[in-house]
Amino acid sequence: MRLNVETVVGLFVLLGIVCLAWLSVKLGKLEIIGGDYVPFHAEFASVSGLKKGMSVEIAGVDVGKVESITLNDYNADVLLKVRKGISLQEDTIASIRTRGLIGDKFVKLSPGASDRLIPPNGKIRETESAVDIEELISEFIHGSAE
Amino acid sequence: MSVQSWVCEPCAIDKLPVGDGKPAIRLVDLEKTLDGKKVLDGVNLDIPPKRITAILGLSGAGKSVMLKHMIGLIRPERGQVLVDGVDISRLSRKELYHARQRFGMLFQGGALFDSLTVYENVAFPLQEKTKLGEGEIRERVLSRLAQVGLEEARGKYPDELSGGMKRRVAFARAMVTDPEIILFDEPTTGLDPIIRNSVLNLICHSYHQHGFTMVMVSHDIPDIFQWCHYVVVLHGGKVVEAGPTAEVVVSVNPFVQQLIRGDITGAVHLM
Amino acid sequence: MITFAETIGKRTLTAINRMGRMAIFLAGTIASLPFPPYQGRRIVKQVHFIGVRSLFVIVLTAMFTGMVLGLQGYHTLREVGSEGLLGSVVALSLIRELGPVLSALMVTGRAGSALTAEIGIMRIGEQIDSLESMGIDPVKFIVVPRLCAAILSVPLLTAIFDVVGILGGYLVGVKLLGVNAGVFFGGMEANVEWSDIANGFVKSVVFGLIIAWVCTFKGYFTGRGAEGVSQSTTSAVVLSSVMILVGDYFLTSVLL
Repeated sequence: MRLNVETVVGLFVLLGIVCLAWLSVKLGKLEIIGGDYVPFHAEFASVSGLKKGMSVEIAGVDVGKVESITLNDYNADVLLKVRKGISLQEDTIASIRTRGLIGDKFVKLSPGASDRLIPPNGKIRETESAVDIEELISEFIHGSAE
Repeated sequence: MSVQSWVCEPCAIDKLPVGDGKPAIRLVDLEKTLDGKKVLDGVNLDIPPKRITAILGLSGAGKSVMLKHMIGLIRPERGQVLVDGVDISRLSRKELYHARQRFGMLFQGGALFDSLTVYENVAFPLQEKTKLGEGEIRERVLSRLAQVGLEEARGKYPDELSGGMKRRVAFARAMVTDPEIILFDEPTTGLDPIIRNSVLNLICHSYHQHGFTMVMVSHDIPDIFQWCHYVVVLHGGKVVEAGPTAEVVVSVNPFVQQLIRGDITGAVHLM
Repeated sequence: MITFAETIGKRTLTAINRMGRMAIFLAGTIASLPFPPYQGRRIVKQVHFIGVRSLFVIVLTAMFTGMVLGLQGYHTLREVGSEGLLGSVVALSLIRELGPVLSALMVTGRAGSALTAEIGIMRIGEQIDSLESMGIDPVKFIVVPRLCAAILSVPLLTAIFDVVGILGGYLVGVKLLGVNAGVFFGGMEANVEWSDIANGFVKSVVFGLIIAWVCTFKGYFTGRGAEGVSQSTTSAVVLSSVMILVGDYFLTSVLL
């Protein structure tokens, strides 16, 4: 079969767009359709090392990402986007953890047992701040750690 | 030459038609400097309408430059290029493009588009500049190609053609829009004498059929005298002689005589 | 001494004059974009020339670039015990820098030089004058389709380069060196941001513009004869490559 120029160009453009789409959607996490995620707020004393776009996990499963980090009354107000369909109980605990010793930070959500759920845009009350490894090490060296 | 059925009667010197009316193109005090050299230095010239005019001169005398001024490809530093009384050197781009519809031009070597076939080359100006339908374009292109004897070669690409065939295709392309004026930049340079005369014959034949105003830059002395009504001799950026062919060939101007005879010594010494 | 200063002054003036001419050329081309006739078919033809026919060389170089990134990245990261970051390293280097820059350089070498030579031959063969004499705007006819095609093709080629490069990194990192596939892609997904991809895309659009602009300009205003065309072709490739690399720095600093 002999393809004419137009068909070949069409296929080329299609291939390019598929690659671009894969990069954007899969890696860039571009949300083509909004409303797939539900926003929640969480206030931490310290979020050192956490950045926009880092993941939110429940039981090690990626369920969302950090949408923004702002300063609110000298605390860090983190806006989390959690995939739709996942409900968070009122006593859910949000904690900032590190993957490995020097790996990325992420937000870990530990579901609670309460019957009442946090509404969208609501606030996760129970939070644990980032563990500062340097601080831990220095405490250990200076002997103040138990 | 007589193998061709439509051998044109050369526009013989003794049958010179009388010039009629206003000049088709008038150059007034034209001056142009290119690369620091004054190529045209006050050229004044009238091109008679519906006649074949040949422009002669040494290589580098500014013949092609003058020709390109006539169609507005080069704008002069000073002077005017009047086509039917309109100074085309002062027109805006858009007006100039419009004015050029009255022209056809054949470039040195043909200047055919390499990526297009012979047919597409000739059809090109019609497709781009007119609103004619495919059928009408085809009809006109084929008739022009038949006129230059190249109907058979319509599917070929320019690099498959000989030098003479390229000129003929370029001529068909220049004629296809039915222009009033056709300019030829050395239509026969680099061709052997037989092909050269057949191209000139073709030009002359088309002249008799359509009555174009034709201006030809040429080196083919003395052959060219058989094919033109008027001769202009250019030297040192100026017109040294202009007039009916019969008058120019007997001119007493020493340069003109040297040019016609091809003498090494005379008014100009090249070595 | 005076002649030396004079030479420098003259050179500077010539350079500024040339930059001005290039800018005017681009401005004129862009200004003619909104007006008919639109060159749809010619753009398709040029996308074929610039895009489709560069595909093979792009895929080949992308594959090896990705593979060498996998190899180098693995050995470097292993020293600090973070092989898990290999996916991110490969993807980020490709998407942010290597994809746009290398694709643009390959397109310059393969298609840009040919554009200059082709247009240069049209110039010395008086084909451009011939278009003018027919009352057809040569910029519209010759430059516009190539510019549009390059701006369309280079980003698409870059996207293909990125994907093929990531595949190359995957083959070496995961299949050859034994990094866990989940870790490889997981890290990649976690660390690549939409803004990285957008930056790479913006860069590749600008590079496409640079290639078409420089190469058509050099061809359009070529010198006399075959020598003129060969000189234009060389200087088009050199100037376009230099502008891509210099532009890359400034784009990176602006976009970061």
